[in-house]
Amino acid sequence: MAIFLNENSRVLVQGMTGSEGMKHTNRMIASGTNIVAGVNPRKAGESVEVQGQSIPVYGTVAEAMAATGADVSVVFVPPAFTKAAVVEAIEASIPLCVVITEGVPVHDTAYFYALAAQSATTRIIGPNCPGLISPDKSNAGIIPATIAKSGRIGLVSKSGTLTYQMMYELRDIGFSTAVGIGGDPIIGTTHIDCLQAFQDDPETDAIVMIGEIGGDAEERAAAYIKENITKPVVGYVAGFTAPEGKTMGHAGAIVSGSSGTAAAKQEALEAVGVKVGKTPSETARLMREVIEAL
Amino acid sequence: MDLYEYQAKELFAAHDVPTILGAVVTDAQAAKAAAEKVGKPVVVKAQVKAGGRGKAGGVKFAPTADEAGEKAADILGLDIKGHIVGKVLVVEAADIESEYYVSFLLDRTNRCFLAMASVEGGMEIEEVAETKPEALAKVLIDPLVGVDLDKAKEIVLEAKFPAELVDKVADVLVKLWETFVSEDATLVEVNPLVLDPSGKILALDGKVSLDENADFRHPEHAALVDDSATDPLEVKAKEKGLNYVKLSGEVGIIGNGAGLVMSTLDVVAYAGEEFGGVKPANFLDIGGGASAQVMADGLEIILGDPEVKSVFVNVFGGITSCDAVANGIVQALEMLSADGTVITKPLVCRLDGNNADEGRRILDEAEHDVIELVDTMDDAARRVAELAAAAS
Repeated sequence: MAIFLNENSRVLVQGMTGSEGMKHTNRMIASGTNIVAGVNPRKAGESVEVQGQSIPVYGTVAEAMAATGADVSVVFVPPAFTKAAVVEAIEASIPLCVVITEGVPVHDTAYFYALAAQSATTRIIGPNCPGLISPDKSNAGIIPATIAKSGRIGLVSKSGTLTYQMMYELRDIGFSTAVGIGGDPIIGTTHIDCLQAFQDDPETDAIVMIGEIGGDAEERAAAYIKENITKPVVGYVAGFTAPEGKTMGHAGAIVSGSSGTAAAKQEALEAVGVKVGKTPSETARLMREVIEAL
Repeated sequence: MDLYEYQAKELFAAHDVPTILGAVVTDAQAAKAAAEKVGKPVVVKAQVKAGGRGKAGGVKFAPTADEAGEKAADILGLDIKGHIVGKVLVVEAADIESEYYVSFLLDRTNRCFLAMASVEGGMEIEEVAETKPEALAKVLIDPLVGVDLDKAKEIVLEAKFPAELVDKVADVLVKLWETFVSEDATLVEVNPLVLDPSGKILALDGKVSLDENADFRHPEHAALVDDSATDPLEVKAKEKGLNYVKLSGEVGIIGNGAGLVMSTLDVVAYAGEEFGGVKPANFLDIGGGASAQVMADGLEIILGDPEVKSVFVNVFGGITSCDAVANGIVQALEMLSADGTVITKPLVCRLDGNNADEGRRILDEAEHDVIELVDTMDDAARRVAELAAAAS
């Protein structure tokens, strides 16, 4: 099972022939991902040798899907071209489009998110995210596949490196799916979407949710957990020491006035019974206790 | 990036939003001269990127040019919420019949845009939202459709503007929307939007935030950057392409990944509670690559902060393996030494993840005096806080 991505996923890469695209296509294939196509209008008809496999390159997402049955796209194209790439993927009705690119203008994201919502056929993950991995099944993005094996924990996080850190701390228990949803002000898939998907996934027994300052996604997730999630959830929030009005690395990580603070998010989560760790390692310990009690 | 009022109004003017521009000056003499040129009563307005300027004494009416000079002298140098006033706007005083509020902004919660409008202008909009929420109209904007004249009228009617003003205000709203979209803004706010006795609608004040991710398609926005009020270390870090925020503590922080670095600051602050309230001195994310050059640049910035007493290098090897990071640290120290930098502040390093054992071995073998290896993030945070406290 896992969520959004599994052993049957057929993955195409937009921007595969660029340096980042090539590097991570290699890594995805090495971790067992079924990469079926690349998309680049200037290299249509060519093919690229990766790890002994010949990956065909198509001019458009629609052609690649028609020829290969691809149902997941991973986007590595630079920020200036990301909007066009994602719009193309949505118009081709690809079920899942994972946008790794960092630095996408928020007006562009607002546009393609609205288009995806209207089309109702494409789920977008990201932008500015590490993608998602269902260990031992498939890996769509840049999360290192060697950190953890498959297992019973579902993970959803705004941060890439905190995802890696948490997977590492809980590597012996393992993960059904780990989703890096990204740190931008507008993202295609939220904590709530992942919480519900993990709730519905029979292979997931408990959920780790990692948030950070900015916006109110964690508060909304807390309200959602109260009404809809029966599996145990352990939380972590980064950015207690962040000053007001300063962007902390991620475009969306900013405390504005009194809103978006880590303290408010922690409070909202704890109010609905989510155990929130003070540090990543304490969070991992709390999850360990949850798993042992199941 | 937040703009000053005068910059915001220049953008408004470029998009045909009616406004009064005035002159930006940095001393009283120039303020007087600017007021003489206007030849009418003026308002002298502090140019700072903070709200509540009026209450803080940063906005003064000056009936004569002499008084404009005096008011400018009063305002220049004022501290408004931590922002020192370095320039003032001298602008013709408008006759005001009524004051309104309009804005467009990014709505993170609904993942779209939001228009807000109110006939209760002039006061802080947070106050209106709190005390008279019914007086603040909020209309969601579909990014696929935007704001045309019909949508603008819907916003104006929702806010209950007087019937005779609907067309005029809607016209201004369409132009403001054009500003919002074509400049890649995340906020355009006019407070107050005024009606003058001649029946004209004017944007008397302006607040604009621009999306820095869109800088690649707005080379002209580079001219709007003003680093005069920015911390010099932040300016230097930006020149080197580093993601750095200066804080006010004693423990320098370097890490990879925004989330991990934010988390590191928190963990150091908790650990610091045991050691007399030691705090993190900065946020610095050197990204996934963590090459020797980037590590050296980062260390140089952090060691250049006189408040820093100890440094925490916290790296999780994900894509980059820890042996590469360890080599980067060793090389970075060599590069800094070669440049004549004497490094005496202790460097507590924690490496975890991909090839961590090899990374630790490299740091061990380097036998560098200032490097201290600690296995876990929590223990390293405690150690670095302890070292900072001991050196304070």
